[in-house]
Amino acid sequence: MSKFTESVVSEIKKDYIQKLLSQGSRLDGRAYDEFRKIEIVKNFVPRACGSALVKIGNTQVLVGVKIEPGEPFPDTPDTGVLSTNAELVPLASPTFEAGPPGEEAIELARVVDRGIRESKAVDLEKLVIKPGELVWVVFVDIHVLDYDGNLFDASALGSIIALKNSIIPASKFNQGDDFPLPMNHYPATVTFAKIGDNMVVDPNLDEENIAHARITISSDESGRIHAIQKGLEGTFKIEEIKNAISMAISIGNKLRDEYILKGD
Amino acid sequence: MSGMKTDLKLIDENGKRIDGRGFDELRPIKIEAGVLERADGSAYIEWGGNKIIAAVYGPREVYPKHMQDPSKAVLRARYNMAAFSVDERKKPGPDRRSIELSMVISNALSSVVFLEQFPRTAIDVFIEVLQADAGTRIAGLTAASVALADAGIPMKDLIVGCAAGKVENTIVLDLNKEEDNFGQADLPVAIIPRTKDVVLFQMDGDMTQEEIDKAMDMAINAAMKIYDLQKDALKRKYFSIVQEDEQ
Repeated sequence: MSKFTESVVSEIKKDYIQKLLSQGSRLDGRAYDEFRKIEIVKNFVPRACGSALVKIGNTQVLVGVKIEPGEPFPDTPDTGVLSTNAELVPLASPTFEAGPPGEEAIELARVVDRGIRESKAVDLEKLVIKPGELVWVVFVDIHVLDYDGNLFDASALGSIIALKNSIIPASKFNQGDDFPLPMNHYPATVTFAKIGDNMVVDPNLDEENIAHARITISSDESGRIHAIQKGLEGTFKIEEIKNAISMAISIGNKLRDEYILKGD
Repeated sequence: MSGMKTDLKLIDENGKRIDGRGFDELRPIKIEAGVLERADGSAYIEWGGNKIIAAVYGPREVYPKHMQDPSKAVLRARYNMAAFSVDERKKPGPDRRSIELSMVISNALSSVVFLEQFPRTAIDVFIEVLQADAGTRIAGLTAASVALADAGIPMKDLIVGCAAGKVENTIVLDLNKEEDNFGQADLPVAIIPRTKDVVLFQMDGDMTQEEIDKAMDMAINAAMKIYDLQKDALKRKYFSIVQEDEQ
């Protein structure tokens, strides 16, 4: 679709979506605080140390974790290293282009990274092989396969599930027996889009295309907040941010119970 | 938050911070408008140890051409740190952090500029961090909005911001370098001062919902004071021009 036809379609849809929202409903019949159907396939890529394929509605994201020995950062010699990367590969959307990560991919990776890092989800202190010299380096790679909105939550969910199921391949590097990646916490990430004066959770692509502001909030199992990112050019009222935070905590708790902790 | 550990005492027994400030006290801030000859608009800000210069070029032709928008101007902010601006030399050029910050700053500024008045053009905003001392994105954004006004670009209002954070389990305003490195959370906010609409909001670290509410209110109150400094800077420049004309 050309930029032009895309914008015409979105003008018509925009009016319709907004009209529905003002009457209290969404295009796909969901409540404002309702996620689309979520499906998880753990260990989709057995060659990775841990992986998860996450579907939220028609959005599909595959997250793979690779762990290998490497040097620690000079300012944190006694902790392992966590590195998060995202690729918006062109097979996932007609609007994605090949090439090095653009600003959207970088923002996506950094927001997911902050949710994991700041909640201390991975116990990086247990990833030291030789203090100051050799530690385990954990690479989280987010591969977007089908973009139908809300990449933030799909990527964050895929990342935490992939990490939770990761095994450190110690024997391959002559560092003793393989062992599960040590985890402390399980953050859950919830994104809202603001359309007109309405806030909806888990925006699909149609909703994302007409949203003027977005906010993504990561919280842990005790309701503590670890990362927030406001996105897009639009604005929020202070009260809207406060409400979004309380909703993100309760919706995040449900996501964690149903999808992250399930199957233990 | 870099999560580094320290034996440093960030808040002393008298409730003073490492640089002697109280919990809700700003660092000294100085803003000057119109500091560059060639740019269409510019501003310089000193905020604590931060020294940041912002310049605006445009509205002007868009290169590369495919970035043109037939319905409005594109506003592109570029946040850049000088190699010598931080303790350890920073490799020159954009990194992932500066690309993200450029994006959130562009979004924040776009919310107040009347972009639809200049279709098919670019408004370029360059923010150069000459010396960094924590809070550079907000200081850069605060200077950039003065530079836009100095360039005569029509805007709904200026944009102004401030950060608050958490240090030794206490909510404090406007973190300095040590507090940023060793503190528990950082929460930069920017608003449209007339409506108090939030245009930039980020948070990382560890905070409860109540702490976030408190930090947000503290940062917004402080931003309103900085708004006065921005207006003063613009008045100083243009008042002096009027005086020269009258002589």
